[in-house]
Amino acid sequence: MKDDSDKNRTRKTKKVLAIASGGGHWVQLLRLRPAFEGCKVIYATTKENYACDLEAGAEFYVVPDCNRWEKWKLVKGSLSILKLIITQKPDIVVSTGAAPGFLAIRFAKLFGKKTIWLDSIANAEELSLSGQKAKNSCDMWMTQWEHLAKVDGPIYRGNILGD
Amino acid sequence: MPDSNKQKIFVTVGTDLPFDRLVKAVDHWAEQHPQYDVLAQIGDSLFVPSNMLFQKFVEPDEYKRIFSQSALIVSHAGMGTILTSLQFQKPLLVVPRKASLGEHRNEHQLATAKHLKSLNKVEVAEDEHELIKKLSTFSELKIKDPIGPFACKRLTDSISKFIRER
Repeated sequence: MKDDSDKNRTRKTKKVLAIASGGGHWVQLLRLRPAFEGCKVIYATTKENYACDLEAGAEFYVVPDCNRWEKWKLVKGSLSILKLIITQKPDIVVSTGAAPGFLAIRFAKLFGKKTIWLDSIANAEELSLSGQKAKNSCDMWMTQWEHLAKVDGPIYRGNILGD
Repeated sequence: MPDSNKQKIFVTVGTDLPFDRLVKAVDHWAEQHPQYDVLAQIGDSLFVPSNMLFQKFVEPDEYKRIFSQSALIVSHAGMGTILTSLQFQKPLLVVPRKASLGEHRNEHQLATAKHLKSLNKVEVAEDEHELIKKLSTFSELKIKDPIGPFACKRLTDSISKFIRER
């Protein structure tokens, strides 16, 4: 039964989890919205008051902010993101960074989900640490700078500045 | 009290890390330029400004209102502020944080500033001294070409196609 409903969903509407930390990562994530047209999107970030950036009724979750330097926060963040992925069952996870986005991609991959990493445009001379670590958990691994693209990834398909 | 006839300048260090070097420099400048209303979002900066209004954190709605009323934005080289300035069509002066001074975890803000400057998306003051110089002639700063609300179509189309693929 469960298999059937999952199959139906992939044939119908894909469920996307779009997740990023607050500040610039979040602003960049929101600029990708046209890519999610026709999908069911759930958003997650680290700041509660960002819900006002979304259209009314958009599904919005808050996860604790974390980084690799504060282990306790990292554990708390990991558990919260893991719970979000288990309960929401997204088909695809998209992130622009940083640590919370990386964790979401990592867990999503463990559950066999499709994952997309777009490294922040801020990282103009080398990929972010999270971005470098995301490589092995990513189905689509992208930089926003052409000069950082390599044959074996990351790929470059333009940036969030617009046309 | 803010004087509604004065030109407004908004200073922001983002939401995460302190940036005392920037806050201190603008506060010093503000003391000598009382003809401007300067408001700062100082985050966890330790320096306490005495010549400008300041808040630790400005809520998103209020942030947008302040942005739209300001004649100039001064900030760290964070993408949130840079993108918002381009979208609101506001002149922006950025001072990159330096990891060598303990202002960030790595030197990516120097890279962001350098490369976005080469795309003519941002005006950069390399340090607080250059900032003071550029502040005094800020009315000559040109507004950068506007950006739309979304990423380039090639990027969103690639992601969209990838999402739809089995």
